[in-house]
Amino acid sequence: MSHHIVAVKNLRHVYPDGTEALRDVSFRIHHGESVAIIGANGAGKSTLLLHLNGYLAPTSGEIQIGDFPLNKGTLPQIRRTVGMVFQDPDDQLFMPTVYDDVAFGPLNLGLSGGDLDRCVIEALERVGARHLVEKAPYHLSGGEKRRVAVATVLSMSPDILVLDEPTNGLDPYSRRQLIALLKEFRHTRIFTSHDLDMVLDLCERTIVLKDGEVRADGPTLEIFQDRELLEECRLEKPLSLQGCPVCGTRR
Amino acid sequence: MASIDAALLDFQRLDRLAAGTSALHRLDPRAKVLVVLVFLVSVISFGRYQVSALVPFFVFPAALIGLADLPAGYLARKVALLCPFALVVGVFNPLLDTDIQLYLGPVAISGGWLSFASILVRTLLTVSAALILLATTGFPAICRALEQLGMPKVFAVQLLFLYRYLFVLAEEGGRAARARELRSFGTKGQGVSSYSSLIATLLLKTWLRAERIHMAMLARGFTGAFQIRQNYRFGRAELLYLCGWSALFILLRLTNPAELLGSLVTGLFS
Amino acid sequence: MHMADALLSPAVGGSMWAASAGAIAYSSAKVRRELDDRKVPLMGVLGAFLFAAQMINFSIPGTGSSGHLGGGLLLAILLGPHAAFLTIASVLIVQALFFADGGLLALGCNIFNMGFFPAFVVYPFIYRNLAGSCPGRGRETWVTVLCAVIGLQLGPFAVVLETVASGIAELPFGTFLLLMLPIHLAIGVVEGVVTAAIVSFVRKARPEILEPAATAAPAGGVWPLRRVLLGFLLLAVVTGGVVSAFASKDPDGLEWAIARITGGSELKARGALHQSLARLQDTVALFPEYDFRSSALKPEPAAAPRAERPLSVHPGTSLAGMIGSLAVLLLVVASGLFLKKRNLRKAYGIH
Repeated sequence: MSHHIVAVKNLRHVYPDGTEALRDVSFRIHHGESVAIIGANGAGKSTLLLHLNGYLAPTSGEIQIGDFPLNKGTLPQIRRTVGMVFQDPDDQLFMPTVYDDVAFGPLNLGLSGGDLDRCVIEALERVGARHLVEKAPYHLSGGEKRRVAVATVLSMSPDILVLDEPTNGLDPYSRRQLIALLKEFRHTRIFTSHDLDMVLDLCERTIVLKDGEVRADGPTLEIFQDRELLEECRLEKPLSLQGCPVCGTRR
Repeated sequence: MASIDAALLDFQRLDRLAAGTSALHRLDPRAKVLVVLVFLVSVISFGRYQVSALVPFFVFPAALIGLADLPAGYLARKVALLCPFALVVGVFNPLLDTDIQLYLGPVAISGGWLSFASILVRTLLTVSAALILLATTGFPAICRALEQLGMPKVFAVQLLFLYRYLFVLAEEGGRAARARELRSFGTKGQGVSSYSSLIATLLLKTWLRAERIHMAMLARGFTGAFQIRQNYRFGRAELLYLCGWSALFILLRLTNPAELLGSLVTGLFS
Repeated sequence: MHMADALLSPAVGGSMWAASAGAIAYSSAKVRRELDDRKVPLMGVLGAFLFAAQMINFSIPGTGSSGHLGGGLLLAILLGPHAAFLTIASVLIVQALFFADGGLLALGCNIFNMGFFPAFVVYPFIYRNLAGSCPGRGRETWVTVLCAVIGLQLGPFAVVLETVASGIAELPFGTFLLLMLPIHLAIGVVEGVVTAAIVSFVRKARPEILEPAATAAPAGGVWPLRRVLLGFLLLAVVTGGVVSAFASKDPDGLEWAIARITGGSELKARGALHQSLARLQDTVALFPEYDFRSSALKPEPAAAPRAERPLSVHPGTSLAGMIGSLAVLLLVVASGLFLKKRNLRKAYGIH
């Protein structure tokens, strides 16, 4: 089952203006794992994610997705394998209707007619957004937008899902709904987030980035118990692990 | 900025009208676009002093408002607000053209007033036709229709993209403008320099957004070719709609039923 | 300075539509051939940006009035002529549909006036030549202001030409020009200052944005094609103008000119005119159905004014026209209401 593996080796990235966003990042994510990449603002999370589907090319180092090393030749295959959900759903949903948006990827993969319809409807049903199919994206609520954004990626049946700040800006109910939805997926999942409670809910493993390097990599619960590590990386224990403000007891 | 928010709300209201489900909404957009085109050409092809012959053309907006169940008062208010330039230019007509053209009993009416009235009626007709087309069809469908009628695809995609991000960017701009207004106490600080940096910031943000959208497109296998879904059919209903209205407009263009009816009425009394 | 449907004759509107459609087709082909797929979302979002920017106002010092960005030149600087032209055209189409700015037939004129001049005349011929590849701050500012002013003089000039050629509005060429140009001179200066400020801001923050447009210098082979196109479009405009001037404006323009030439004896001239009109009226009275037949005989739209002028003098006809119009209007409103009621009934299942 090597085809769902994500392997990053000594990745370094320097932006044209000289900023060194990633110094030396290495990790390996296996099939079916659910991994969170956390870190302070500017730690290099977004830069790292943009490498995973080849939007940015490494300055040095290697990336392997499944059986393929990431390079120009394997790019189309890798973009099919890695489904990426962006932070702002308004960037992801650029077509006039939800249908067109979910169909965008499959159309580019060469689907048409009944196959296309089936694929779009299936993806929408999986995120519970079947009823939104003819709506325009700007008439959707924040939670609906996010779920449709996930559907636009599911419709290409990727093996690996990459989500950038999925719960950002959602109300508590929509956030719950989304987390429940993401829990059901059996894909290899990679998240970045500042919502550490969500990380605790969804990911068994966490990678902490600091100044472009991997500061820690291990089971989520262990990392969240390490107060010094969290403070050093400008992070905080998830609220659900902190003491109750009323009765003062710790979980 | 209340005015931007209000404009946006208004914009969205107009946009939502297109989600109606009347038979008219369901017609192939090509038929609707073509009928409006024939209508506009018929209306503006009239001579400058013609008023009465233009009036029967109101049957088109009225029938469509009725058939598609559009809010007539709202559209009328919009039309009334929307015709300043033509009237500003037209208002000179009565001053410049004082030749008497017409007597209504003892009242002499100059050519200038007639042509001014004509401009007014034309404005009402053309503006309402455009709004009704939008309200019964919707912008994306109009783009698709135009693409099928031969508009270059690059331009159709441009229109769809523009439309998609109108709301997003107008809201972003509105927020920035509100932030500036709240800190500028009256008119101070609302000048050109703060405006320029506000717009420039908005521009940079827009640019970044375009890059992110491009990323999202690439991530889903975009290779430069853009697919536009077409799921309309030009059937018998469309043909009937197109031919029926066109025939009526040509008939109205060639005859003047208003005057004929008037002659009949005055003939009865005299 | 949006041109309006109501002021437009079909000949002028049609020619300008053809000119703008041609320019859109040409630009689309150009953009497609460039094969820069980054431009697809960029143009769309920048169009939306322009739309949003135009909703925000600034106050003009000392006047108490406010203005907003036009943006044609800015887009040309950012995107290059072809993509800029398409973007401006798309914004104008949305404005024509949602805000009915101008109208659908005047769209051809508006796209031409506000898109063609900045993107295909001012930017490539003036801005690029004067600004060079890497202008200093001062030079960039005055070149931008100059270009904005030129663009905002050409546009309104075209509006005046189109209006006068259409002959629906009565305003004479010179007066209209005197009304339009000075106002737009001021607007042009402000536009230039704002555009220059935005460009310099962008240059400081993200210099790489401005590079591609500036370095993508037109190769030698591009120029002749562009010139051919320009010539073709100018030809279309001139033809449209001349044809419609002869077709629709001629009788009135002539009369007006004659009255002018006879100068002091304006009264007499008008008297003579009245006499001839009265004579015409007598002739018309012999043909009660004149309107019907004359229009039927002359279906070509541009010829219509000739026929209507003498006719509308007839008092009986005009009264009939008035009453008839009112009656038709009532009928129209009633039928609209009827249709609407029926729809409601259907919706609620009442019969």
